[in-house]
Amino acid sequence: MFEAVAFYLFAFLTIAMFFITVTTSQALYALSALAAGMIFISGFFFILGADFLGAVQIIVYTGAVMALYAFGMMFFDTTREVKEKKGNKFIVVGLATLSAVLVVAIFAAPMLSSNVLALYPAIEGAGNTQSVGLVLFTKYLIPFEVAAIMLLVAMVAGIVLAGKKMDLSLTLLNAEEIEQMDAEINKKVLS
Amino acid sequence: METAYLIETIIKVVVILLVFSALAGIGTYFERKVLAFMQRRLGPVNVGPFGLLQVGADGIKLFTKEDIIPTNVVAPIFKIAPVITAATAFMAAAAIPFLPQFDIFGYTVHPIVSDIDVGILYILGVMAVGLFGPMLGGMASANKFSLLSAARAAAVFISYEVVTGLAILAPIMMVGSLSLIDFNNYQVEHGWIVWSQPVAFVLFWIAAFAETGRTPFHLIANDHEIIDGFGTEYSGMRWGLFFIGEYANMFFISFVIPILFLGGFGDGSFLGAMALLGKMAFFFFFFLWTRAAWPDVRPDQLMWLCWKVLMPVAVINVVITGLVMMF
Repeated sequence: MFEAVAFYLFAFLTIAMFFITVTTSQALYALSALAAGMIFISGFFFILGADFLGAVQIIVYTGAVMALYAFGMMFFDTTREVKEKKGNKFIVVGLATLSAVLVVAIFAAPMLSSNVLALYPAIEGAGNTQSVGLVLFTKYLIPFEVAAIMLLVAMVAGIVLAGKKMDLSLTLLNAEEIEQMDAEINKKVLS
Repeated sequence: METAYLIETIIKVVVILLVFSALAGIGTYFERKVLAFMQRRLGPVNVGPFGLLQVGADGIKLFTKEDIIPTNVVAPIFKIAPVITAATAFMAAAAIPFLPQFDIFGYTVHPIVSDIDVGILYILGVMAVGLFGPMLGGMASANKFSLLSAARAAAVFISYEVVTGLAILAPIMMVGSLSLIDFNNYQVEHGWIVWSQPVAFVLFWIAAFAETGRTPFHLIANDHEIIDGFGTEYSGMRWGLFFIGEYANMFFISFVIPILFLGGFGDGSFLGAMALLGKMAFFFFFFLWTRAAWPDVRPDQLMWLCWKVLMPVAVINVVITGLVMMF
């Protein structure tokens, strides 16, 4: 009974949160609702007994949404409403509904025709974390490594793009050097 | 069975909630007294013997003060932000074993709300969510200093979390489990982890200061600006919830560090339980000691420290641990 109650509670909360995320025109509401929805999703993992994935869901998405908040802080006055440029409402709603139905169909079809088989059944005695590790490093080793390389490429690219003045560290400069630098910048601005 | 379990869990939750809310209040008293002693002042002396009733006076003030929601703030977010800090601090406590199991009237009590097998990940994850409180509070207040404080909260968050995760990885590799009870039992057999993983211990300890937002990483609510950072616009009990969250977090992390690295409650005897409380008290005292002894660092210094010093050290530590375990 508790499982059913918990499932419907989290299902309602998650849908409500994501609904707020897409409908509100207030950046802060949207971000907070997104964060809350992501954390409520972890509830499903805990109900299904996948503790490891639940904890990882919390950790990963708090960090990810925190980065979004930082962008929100830079681009918007988060205490004011954003004036959105709205195109044709019917096209947006229609396409969104269509793609949502398609995604559900793609995932539900194999389950309905019961073609989904557990190729790697759970190993007796192995805990949650161990099971994830076993599957990740045997069956899904190549996707895992490819994902790792893609992330590395993205990280290097990010550092190259952002790190034009990497050799200059304000932390390692002393006060006089910083003042001197400021004076030079001011000179440039004034001249 | 089901009913007994339910009742037991509810009792445990209520006890933890009451004990640590009260401890948060007493923690402020200790903080004032310790800081006063180290700075050659008196601290609270007027209310009650040794100023002990100061806690009650503060409590009455916080509870009865008018709760002001200023104009121009984003009211729903502004109202919920302190609740996030306090609630997540207590949620994280669900996976912490505070004492070894003991018998009372022939009934075995496990002083842990839920021994999930990913305990340490869950604790760190939920504690990290607690930083949303200061950030949301800062962003929702229509106040530039609060907004700056929120920006610093985001900077702290993205800096320390990597260090905590990587530092804890090496001990996890040795223990082979994420449950805090397994950590404790491993140390009963093999000796304290701090002797084999001193680097991870120091890294985790440093990251704990950032996690709880204490000096030297107290830059979220920057005291040098005289105002209270994200808490500037808050009053009454909403500000008090931020406070309770911060102190509860300090207590919980002071429990987690000894359980992870310093043997926890040992073999589960009475002496072991007292030793855990003693270790917890030391780590809590150390938070106050550092506050009296060290200045705050700047945000850029914190990020420099976390990303350029602590993270490489943590990675090297993980690699060396892996090599030693392999050969």
